[in-house]
Amino acid sequence: MTIDRGKTAGNAGGNGGGQVAAKRPDKVTLKVYRFDPDLDKEARIEVYDIPWTDGMTVLDTLFWVLERVDGTLAFRFSCREGICGACALFINGSYRLACETQVARLLDEGRTEIHVMPLPHLPVIKDLVVDMARFWANYESIAPWIVARSKAPEKERLQSPKDRKRIDEYVGCILCGSCFSACPASWTDKDYLGPNAMMKTWRWVDDTRDAAKDERLGLVAGENGAWRCHTVFNCVEACPKKVNQAAAIQGLKRKTVSAMLRGAKGLKQGRKGLEE
Amino acid sequence: MIFHEVLVVGGGLAGLRAAIEAHDLGSEVAVLSRVHPVRSHSVAAQGGINAALANHPASQDDTPEKHAFDTIKGSDYLADQDAVELLTSEAPTRIFEMEHWGCPFSRLDDGRIAQRPFGGAGYPRTCYAADKTGHALLHTMYEQTLRRGIKVYEEWQVVSLSVADGRCHGVVALDLRTGRLEAIGARAVIFGTGGGGRIYGHSTNNITNTGSGIAIAYMAGVPLKDMEFIQFHPTSLFGNNVLMTEGARGEGGYLRNRLGERFMEKYAPKAMELAPRDITARAIQTEINEGRGFPGGYVHLDLTHLGAAKILERLPAIRDIAINFTGADPITDPIPIQPGQHYFMGGIDTNADGASLVAGFYAAGECACVSVHGANRLGGNSLLETIVFGRLAGRHAGGYVKGQGGEAAGKGAEKALAKTMTETEKRVTWVLEAAGPEDPADLRDELRESMFANVGIFREEKALAVGLDKVRELRARYPKIGIRNRGRKYNLDWARNLELEGQILVAETIAAGALARKESRGSHFRRDYMDRDDASFLRHTVAHLTKDGPRLEYRPVTITKWPPQARTY
Ligand SMILES: Cc1cc2nc3c(=O)[nH]c(=O)nc-3n(C[C@H](O)[C@H](O)[C@H](O)COP(=O)(O)OP(=O)(O)OC[C@H]3O[C@@H](n4cnc5c(N)ncnc54)[C@H](O)[C@@H]3O)c2cc1C
Ligand code: SF4
Ligand code: FES
Repeated sequence: MTIDRGKTAGNAGGNGGGQVAAKRPDKVTLKVYRFDPDLDKEARIEVYDIPWTDGMTVLDTLFWVLERVDGTLAFRFSCREGICGACALFINGSYRLACETQVARLLDEGRTEIHVMPLPHLPVIKDLVVDMARFWANYESIAPWIVARSKAPEKERLQSPKDRKRIDEYVGCILCGSCFSACPASWTDKDYLGPNAMMKTWRWVDDTRDAAKDERLGLVAGENGAWRCHTVFNCVEACPKKVNQAAAIQGLKRKTVSAMLRGAKGLKQGRKGLEE
Repeated sequence: MIFHEVLVVGGGLAGLRAAIEAHDLGSEVAVLSRVHPVRSHSVAAQGGINAALANHPASQDDTPEKHAFDTIKGSDYLADQDAVELLTSEAPTRIFEMEHWGCPFSRLDDGRIAQRPFGGAGYPRTCYAADKTGHALLHTMYEQTLRRGIKVYEEWQVVSLSVADGRCHGVVALDLRTGRLEAIGARAVIFGTGGGGRIYGHSTNNITNTGSGIAIAYMAGVPLKDMEFIQFHPTSLFGNNVLMTEGARGEGGYLRNRLGERFMEKYAPKAMELAPRDITARAIQTEINEGRGFPGGYVHLDLTHLGAAKILERLPAIRDIAINFTGADPITDPIPIQPGQHYFMGGIDTNADGASLVAGFYAAGECACVSVHGANRLGGNSLLETIVFGRLAGRHAGGYVKGQGGEAAGKGAEKALAKTMTETEKRVTWVLEAAGPEDPADLRDELRESMFANVGIFREEKALAVGLDKVRELRARYPKIGIRNRGRKYNLDWARNLELEGQILVAETIAAGALARKESRGSHFRRDYMDRDDASFLRHTVAHLTKDGPRLEYRPVTITKWPPQARTY
């Protein structure tokens, strides 16, 4: 395979192109949601022409705008390799990470323009930057840390590769907020924990090293937890890391029922039950 | 005015570990970070973290001492050996602690933490969580931060450090969401602000790795150490330089040139693909320069013989990245790679307590230079450094505020901080209003290009002088920049160009240090001085800011047990 080296794309997220060379237009049209709730009555869509570079990602196009055209654009970024979760956006009608989304691929999907919107249903701070406070608060509320309850051994706690594998998918979450943004139950019910916090609960319930399973189930057993999930699978579809939150929530429901039948005391203890 | 007993700047592994330690020792602590902690660069670390656990069947007789020797040899004898011994002897305890805190390490069949071979190491001692080790560690560390209820200022960017009479009094920071400047007083400040890879083009680093903490400390009068030592990683993706972890070679991957040859044979016949990074990066670049690379300038990282199962289990993220950015599926196709800027061995001059020359100012992680990496860092030692020295910095800062630092607190602090605030306000407002003809994006591009070309993998007098001149030219042009956004709220144009000045100053220390070091050692390779020169240069470079640029001093290296030897692999 031979690859043509692209030009340096400004000071953008990448360092120039690396994509397989193919016939591409000279320019792409980028349409970006712009809104500053402190200044603007309503949001508008701004249109920019971006010179084509091989390997260009949507994040690169945003940097092009910021650095070369319009310094007022606001967006989040960090790793530019799909692992930090900063750049989740709604691009051409789907949840995607801007840094992982090749413009070439969008064009291959038959679009000629790139539409970039902030994560829907979250309050906009400015342009593509949304307020994730509720997402983080929900995450924090489920006590997303290990509760081991036994004295730590001198070395590691053992865990078989098979048991480790069970949680792999859930551990792989990058806390990007896409699933939360996509969940209809979260739009209407502000107290609902949402898919991410519940999936993260399951991450610990299913971790052989954690000892607070019933207490964790107790947190999601209430009306704002697992039973509110209508299994519409928006979360699963939105997730850039292919986490199956719906399966995790099913797991929670199953285990909660059996804990109820057992009359598990932990179920009733609330968040206090998770303090060591 | 906001006040915290201990203020940690940086939400990466070093910063959070420092915060946890100071908190656990009873200090009141806050963390301030310009990105949400889990977005910090640490999250992107792939391959693993070193500790002589002797878990791997082939590492039964591994010990912290052997780990220390490998690190010192890897450093080309520039690391301080007492600090390295501390690093490697602490390693197992710190890894087990992370495990006890819930870190989802990959496992051996018997349930213990899995280890893989890494470059420059005598044994497989790199603990990992598939190829997402940084993600596993940082998420775990963040969980522990949440568990302790430590306050985090999210999306705040520190712009200056307040130092008066040799003592640190706090910072001035910009709240990015409001654009408000705030003075934050603290008895002790700990920087865990990460590296400055983005001063270079072709960097594997996160976009926010601008070296801003290093620059802020330097501008406040804290010296920088060993800045000329820049690591180039052998295998970054051709084109955008996203990292392809050393773990790929640790799992058995080959490097091949255009002729299909495993060319490492010529450069490191014993270690082959697992030679240390400086040697491997130069080997690849030599192949490319001598016409045995592919058109455009790359070679192949070939994993096809590893089989789908191993790749899917151990290197899933690498595979996704390769497919996404190049279309090559590592299961069936070789991956096009080239060396890319990767790591700062140098940084804020600290001792093994994380303490700097300024009382109450500490640093740990990639922004600091203890030094444990010397002239070349071994893969897997940096994550280790963040948790070992992050903890120690937190511990000593906590001790300082309870003792000496607490007693000294009082009126002087407020005055010093007010002065820093006034000066900073002036500078920051100047940038916000800057309307000169120079486009800062051009300055940044030129800086990055020049640093990679002139102060890069292969160095020599003439190019280094060009590089240094370029930095000085950029310094002179910076006051003429104009920015495009005059609003205060979430103004990235402002925030990024505010720190451009510091990036230029840091670049100057790198170029000046490299020009002055007339020898080749580790990552610093001079074509005009090909040999290591222990008689003249077995010493650390220490750069002090003056108005005419950096003033360089030298300091001896601490040797405990391992006298310098020839370095062959
Ligand atoms: C792609 C890649 C892979 C790597 N893989 C490995 C590996 O497998 N093993 C290994 O040992 N090492 C690896 N490294 C190196 C290692 O990841 C880093 O050196 C390490 O994570 C640095 O951690 P840190 O805590 O010092 O800084 P970071 O994680 O970079 O955190 C810096 C923090 O400081 C904050 N900050 C910076 N400036 C400011 C400011 N002015 N104001 C406010 N906040 C600020 C940032 O927001 C961030 O929170 C890798 C590096 C790269 C580039
Ligand atoms: S589960 Fe997926 S969509 Fe939800 S926060 Fe995690 S990575 Fe994002
Ligand atoms: S920038 Fe980190 S996921 Fe896109």
